[in-house]
Amino acid sequence: MTPGEDAVKSPTDFSDSVDVQRERRQLAETWREPTGLVGWFSCVHHTTIGRRFIITAFVFFLLGGIEAVLMRLQLARPENRLLGPDLYNQIFTMHGSTMMFLFAVPMMLGLGIYLVPLMVGARNIAFPRLIAFGYYLYLFGGIFLYFMFLLNSGPDNGWFSYVPLAGPQYAPGKRADVWAQLITFTEVSSLVVAVGLIVTVFKLRRPGMSINRIPLFVWAELVISFMIIFAMPTVALASTCLILDRLIGTHFFNPAEGGDVLLWQHLFWFFGHPEVYIIFIPATGIISAILPTFCRRKIFGYTLLVLSLVATGFIGFGLWVHHMFATGLPKVAQSFFTAASMMIALPTGAQIFCWLATLWRGKLVVKTPLLFVLGFFFNFLIGGLTGVMLASVTLNQQVHDTFFVVAHFHYVLIGGSVFPLFGGLYYWFPKITGRMLSERTGRWVFGLMMIGFNLTFFPMHQLGLKGMPRRVYTYLPGLGWEGLNLLATVGGSIMAVSVLLFIVNAFQSLRAGEAANDNPWGAGSLEWATAAPPPVYNFARLSVVAGHDPLWDEFEKQPVVTGVRSDLREVLVTTVLDAAPDHKYLMPDPSMWPFLTAVATTGLFVGSIFTPWAVVIGAVPVTITMIGWFWPKRREQEEQAAAEHGHHSGAGKDEGPVGGERPIWEGQA
Amino acid sequence: MRSLPRITTAITIIASVSVWAACEREHRRFDDNPPSAAGNIRQSELQPGSAQLEASLPGPYEDNAYAVSEGKRLYGWFNCVGCHSHGGGNIGPPLMDDKWIYGSKPENIYATILEGRPNGMPSFRGKISDQQTWQIVAYVRSLSGQLSKDVSGGRDDGMNYKPSEQSTKKEQPKSKMAEQP
Amino acid sequence: MKLWGKQKLWRNALPVICAAMLTLYSSCAGRQSALDPAGPQSLRLSRMWWLMFWVCTVVFILVMAALCEALRRARSRARPEVEPIAERKITKVIAGALGISAVILFILMIADFMTGRAVYSQPQNALQIKVYGRQWWWEFQYGDPQPSRRVTTANEIHIPVGRPVMLQMTARDVIHSLWVPNLHGKTDLMPGYQTTMWLQADRPGTYRGQCAEYCGHQHAHMAFLVVAESNEQFNAWFENQCRAAHSPIDASQQRGQQLFMTRGCVMCHQIRGTNAGGRLAPDLTHLASRQTIAAGTLQNNHDNLGNWIADSQHVKPGNRMPPSGLNGEDLQAIVSYLENLK
Repeated sequence: MTPGEDAVKSPTDFSDSVDVQRERRQLAETWREPTGLVGWFSCVHHTTIGRRFIITAFVFFLLGGIEAVLMRLQLARPENRLLGPDLYNQIFTMHGSTMMFLFAVPMMLGLGIYLVPLMVGARNIAFPRLIAFGYYLYLFGGIFLYFMFLLNSGPDNGWFSYVPLAGPQYAPGKRADVWAQLITFTEVSSLVVAVGLIVTVFKLRRPGMSINRIPLFVWAELVISFMIIFAMPTVALASTCLILDRLIGTHFFNPAEGGDVLLWQHLFWFFGHPEVYIIFIPATGIISAILPTFCRRKIFGYTLLVLSLVATGFIGFGLWVHHMFATGLPKVAQSFFTAASMMIALPTGAQIFCWLATLWRGKLVVKTPLLFVLGFFFNFLIGGLTGVMLASVTLNQQVHDTFFVVAHFHYVLIGGSVFPLFGGLYYWFPKITGRMLSERTGRWVFGLMMIGFNLTFFPMHQLGLKGMPRRVYTYLPGLGWEGLNLLATVGGSIMAVSVLLFIVNAFQSLRAGEAANDNPWGAGSLEWATAAPPPVYNFARLSVVAGHDPLWDEFEKQPVVTGVRSDLREVLVTTVLDAAPDHKYLMPDPSMWPFLTAVATTGLFVGSIFTPWAVVIGAVPVTITMIGWFWPKRREQEEQAAAEHGHHSGAGKDEGPVGGERPIWEGQA
Repeated sequence: MRSLPRITTAITIIASVSVWAACEREHRRFDDNPPSAAGNIRQSELQPGSAQLEASLPGPYEDNAYAVSEGKRLYGWFNCVGCHSHGGGNIGPPLMDDKWIYGSKPENIYATILEGRPNGMPSFRGKISDQQTWQIVAYVRSLSGQLSKDVSGGRDDGMNYKPSEQSTKKEQPKSKMAEQP
Repeated sequence: MKLWGKQKLWRNALPVICAAMLTLYSSCAGRQSALDPAGPQSLRLSRMWWLMFWVCTVVFILVMAALCEALRRARSRARPEVEPIAERKITKVIAGALGISAVILFILMIADFMTGRAVYSQPQNALQIKVYGRQWWWEFQYGDPQPSRRVTTANEIHIPVGRPVMLQMTARDVIHSLWVPNLHGKTDLMPGYQTTMWLQADRPGTYRGQCAEYCGHQHAHMAFLVVAESNEQFNAWFENQCRAAHSPIDASQQRGQQLFMTRGCVMCHQIRGTNAGGRLAPDLTHLASRQTIAAGTLQNNHDNLGNWIADSQHVKPGNRMPPSGLNGEDLQAIVSYLENLK
């Protein structure tokens, strides 16, 4: 199938021979996920866990959106009395924390969990139980935060929780501790998912998918996984120091006893800046996935795009002081960060130029995912340019901590991440659910979101320049801010309508949407080479990959990998650079232990807010559950041994063409 | 999908209960009118006639962390430190031990602050509001560990003179007859 | 109606452009506006802003034009183009665009460094003011070789036009940030640190500043005024501030002073020349000479002062001043006493 044709025939539409049908049945049986309540907690397949991540993240997106609407309603008029200062402070903190920790990163990771194994052609993600554990920990962390919020114990010091305001003297009660533990929950969750993604990308790729053929979305997820590993421990350290200060009286942030309030800011922003790139980079991956499909040609400048992703990941760690330009740090030191903050515009610019080139030389197919990509160009460009403005120390000192910054980061986060995300949701919804989202409603969602978003946030640039600081629960009349605030509130309501319309669209499509075939968009990447929704074993035929748009590179003529057993949960592990087959590996069976470990860990984390003894006492259930998790299972050991010696255990009976002994990767289809 | 209504109902119930049972610890009471116990504060355990049930006025801020932290601030602001130090006592008696001359219950401490006491404790009546007085009462009680740990304060953001109230062992208050000067 | 990409972009861009023009036309001037510079630093900063603005606008238009052109070409094409020669040509174009971007960024960076050098250089003959940020008001202390002339005031400073003012700042509790947009950018006040910045006003006027670092419940109501006036006016003001408080002139004011001294006010406030020596709350010695009360929240007039004293929690919930419980004649007495403290 060449890119020029519209997608009608999917590469899996071959009439399956009897052997292949039998193999599919056996694969379905081998990889079957358990059902029932216990089964729900034992799932280890990446599509299930990925879906859970996506849905949970979307629910938090809605909750964060409700908080945003409340904030906008309060700020619509000067000296408004809708929300008092205490409640407003909690709400803006919850909004920031929800969006950053409970929506943006988990959503991008969830998309990665779902799509990366499919895009690299694997049957499951690496370390599936670890990924499941990551999901439960994330879910429990979010529930914990909102439960405490309902108990009037929600954090109220901003999503960045500066000390000494969040320290023991100025933040009485447990609100700041709740925030700090939310960090711990989401940080551990992200770390374990990052580990799984890295190993999947490095070791589980389809033969032929050498390193220069890895899809750009997968590259993006790889880069952010490394960024997570380097950035998240910093914020975990910071939040641990905060809890220690609050709970047992250490002095990390107490200047009178040798600590430093700026230490918090350095630690937090060393994480905080890479965090926003962790949110943005997968969105660039989504763009790179969507654009080729709707330009009917391969992406322009693959190598440059990959290098840009990696460069952004590296440079992103050298920018953090630009959040601290007003703190009176030495000017020479600050100037390095100005230079770096401006320099990071270059790899991002390179990506934009490559995408423009793809469009320039492609054939346009206008569908909703493409509309969101175009919206991204418009909005993200504004955000990126205001980012360059903010990189300058002098200008920064005028607009830091004002609504100008609020406008900037919403343009880059919503324009740069949420718009591509919605494009991605429209794009992959058929693959995930087997149904198409309505194209007509999609255009309405896009239009309303575009108008609403710009109406909400563009006036905020002006508001910041006219002197309105951030994080204020109200403002005085007579300063010229009333009209712009009202405009922003109206825009916010329009955005809310667009999101509601999307939800309606999703529900309607799930129930009665047009059925989707395997590849409704005629795309080129591997996830479209299987049914929609994918069967639980992902792929029946493990075709070798010959280019970085496998389905556009004579997919049906490619050789097929044989030798991977279908009576065991076996995957083929390949080498890092060339994706040459290396060895076979047995994936673990479904298991309740990740869930139980997450429950035990939750107990430890929540308890340690109230007493340091919780760490000691809580370690016991965690240890027990982890022992249960890692205890070798006799049946799995036997299967492993049998597989290594070329015999099969009593479970498998098939002796057909794919039940052979050693993997061979050249074989006829 | 089918279980969605059930999930929504469960979440609504939990949410409503939580809001209703919202934590007293975290309430920031800005404009409060706690009772001013002008009258019936008893200091002695002796009673004429037959023993009666004790009608005591519970401290309104025993479970409120914000009030305790405000009390700590006011303890410094109104110079309680000048006589009592940070609980260790100086020319005024220590407040972090188990010996209470005029009673350790919240209403006793309230009366102490309001009325003053012989041998040097000034009367603050009219000088600090009722709410501020009760806040200081709560803080003073936390100095000897009487309040629960999640409500008591953490370490000071400044020079630290003693372990925080959170880590203070709970003393068993004992009455102490006023010593002869 | 099937809309093509470019038309769709226009249709959505139109309301944005209207909103943009509306907002741009709404006046840049203002008492708290960074785009209405009244001093040399804010002038340079606003020039930096306009430089950045125009450069970024041009870049934006160019990229959007490229996007529109790309969409136009892609729409009119029957099949996508993939010949390697043309691909190489576009690679050169992209390299050129990246090169130009790097040059533009470099120029902007140099402009920033040059602006910084001008804005941060230490001035001569500066008026020294110490600033203490507190939840949720500003304590200012004028420096002077003579201790008796070290004026302490709150929430309003007067400065002479054309003379640099050096601010040495620290915080008494949490992190605050001092920002007077008409005069300069902001600098944080942090406990354990002393930060400095200098300001100058080049034209007389009253400029509003506001705390720009989230500092708790009433961060939103922590503002102050900078009154720039001629040298003579400034000296007259300063001399007045050095004097002790005016005595009460009638019976009502005497009653007011008596109430002040015997009730809770003395626990926190200071009125120099009386026994009221509290250092925890704004200095009230010359309260009536200030334009606002409650850290820039209310105009300083009879009614507002009365309401504030009666129950400040209603105006600024969470602030450190408890309700006084005063009403009626007693309240009027205190207000009239304070109104006399010019």
